[in-house]
Amino acid sequence: MKVTRELVDSVAHLARLDLDAAEREAALRDLTRILDYVDALSALDTDGVQPMSHALRLQNVLRADEPAPSMAAQDVLQNAPERKDGCFLAPRAVE
Amino acid sequence: MTAYEMVVGLEVHVELATRTKLFCACSAAFGGAPNTHCCPVCSGMPGALPVLNRRVVDLAIATGLALGCRITRHTQFDRKNYFYPDLPKAYQISQLYMPICRGGSVQIDVGGARKDVRIHEIHMEEDAGKLVHDPWTDRTMADYNRCGVPLLEIVSEPDMRSPEEVVAYLEKLRATLQYLGVSDCKMQEGSLRADVNLSVRPVGSEALGTRTEMKNLNSFKAIARAVAGEFRRQVELLQDGRAVRQETRRWDDNKDTSFAMRSKEDAQDYRYFPEPDLPPLVIDEAWIERVRASLPELAEAKIARFQRDMGLSERDARALTAEKPLCDLFEQTAACCARPKDAANWVMGEVRAALKARGLAPDALTLAPEALARIVLLTAQGSLARDGAREALQAAMDASPDAPLDVDAFARAHGLLLARDDGACERAVREALQAFPAEVARCRAGEEKLVGFLVGQAMKRMPGRGDPRRVSELLREALRAPDA
Ligand SMILES: [Zn+2]
Repeated sequence: MKVTRELVDSVAHLARLDLDAAEREAALRDLTRILDYVDALSALDTDGVQPMSHALRLQNVLRADEPAPSMAAQDVLQNAPERKDGCFLAPRAVE
Repeated sequence: MTAYEMVVGLEVHVELATRTKLFCACSAAFGGAPNTHCCPVCSGMPGALPVLNRRVVDLAIATGLALGCRITRHTQFDRKNYFYPDLPKAYQISQLYMPICRGGSVQIDVGGARKDVRIHEIHMEEDAGKLVHDPWTDRTMADYNRCGVPLLEIVSEPDMRSPEEVVAYLEKLRATLQYLGVSDCKMQEGSLRADVNLSVRPVGSEALGTRTEMKNLNSFKAIARAVAGEFRRQVELLQDGRAVRQETRRWDDNKDTSFAMRSKEDAQDYRYFPEPDLPPLVIDEAWIERVRASLPELAEAKIARFQRDMGLSERDARALTAEKPLCDLFEQTAACCARPKDAANWVMGEVRAALKARGLAPDALTLAPEALARIVLLTAQGSLARDGAREALQAAMDASPDAPLDVDAFARAHGLLLARDDGACERAVREALQAFPAEVARCRAGEEKLVGFLVGQAMKRMPGRGDPRRVSELLREALRAPDA
């Protein structure tokens, strides 16, 4: 996969990152190197190999539907830059 | 002019009736002060690990079995990435690649025609938080209590062709989910939400037109209106030679029209990938069979049983099972009074009419089945007349569920009981006959219409309320006798 400047800009926007010109060039270089490195895998024949999404041999990690206490609301809100009436205050998002 | 037809598919989200959230032990109960049902997992703190709630999987399998779906044996969750303040993690854990159920159908009945609406898939996902616009600061207030509450998204195939079919599908689906105990399906609390995908095409065409997605639909009535309104809008566009744009629209029920929503930039680029924090889920035969064995009786089985064991018509049985709260009331009432046909007539007739008059949804019903059973029984025995029984029903519906109405005491106190006591009736009849000898003579000579007058006169002479049937019987007997 070829990493282009447009792709870097688009990914940066999706991640809400504000990159300056130097950072964009660095990201282009780094992403290209990372993808090239991973590309070594495509040299392997993976026909008939099940795709694997997890490295650990774990499955069915489940819990019972039993409630436990939640955090205190002031702790939940502790890192909020702004709050009002127990809510987080965010830039206007609803119409 | 070309005739068009609508092609509609629905995405229904239901909040599951679990005690806790999908991936943490916070309460999933509706309401609560803002941000009091939150923990590091559901508020997106770095380093927190989600753990799947077993009950959610049970309910998803139960839903799949009830709708005839295939259950996916090896499944997993996927991460859907987007930035929006309703989602503190900046991603939603959902299922894209391997939904837990595929296939299946919902059978609907519109205008006497049966039809299967196919299910495309059902997947598990977490709900988002609640955002409210704050006019004072012109900003958005976020409450994350709903964040992480388990949802099933039930995606239909585009098999519906009219607003009636859409509503029939939703009603059938809701009843099934309620019988299963999967969800309370309260639209007013957002535990059942439907998005409508709609396109139009010339009748007879097989190709699909460009579809729009409609959101913000708060009731079945609003959905029916929105479907009809969006159909009109798209047909008008095409007739004007313009094109339908693929977009998300917001239905405004007050204005009876939909508006294009400001399209979220890059809305389609969710960059899904397998959720690394949750290991795969393997569902074996034993698990499925365990859930199957625990399935309650569903509507179709009830319809068959009501006809077989209770002598109801198929039409009545179907109408009764369409809404679980009314069906529950019917079954409990019938069990109390052992008069299933009368109980069915009361529930479908008077009770439904009373709910409608009060502007209440069936799930707001608090009528005690014991009270209704007593009303049914007293009416059937002739101790309560229709109007008296209606009065008792209103009082029984007003009573709090913890203190159900004592129907007999109420009827006595309000003079609703018809005097079945023959002594009182006979006295009243005798007095009436003595007071109107001329009319009695004309009656005996064959003037049938005067009988009603004499019954009325006898009723007036009753101490409480007379039973008109009994009074009339006694009066006719007396008229037949030689010397009254
Ligand atoms: Zn939590």
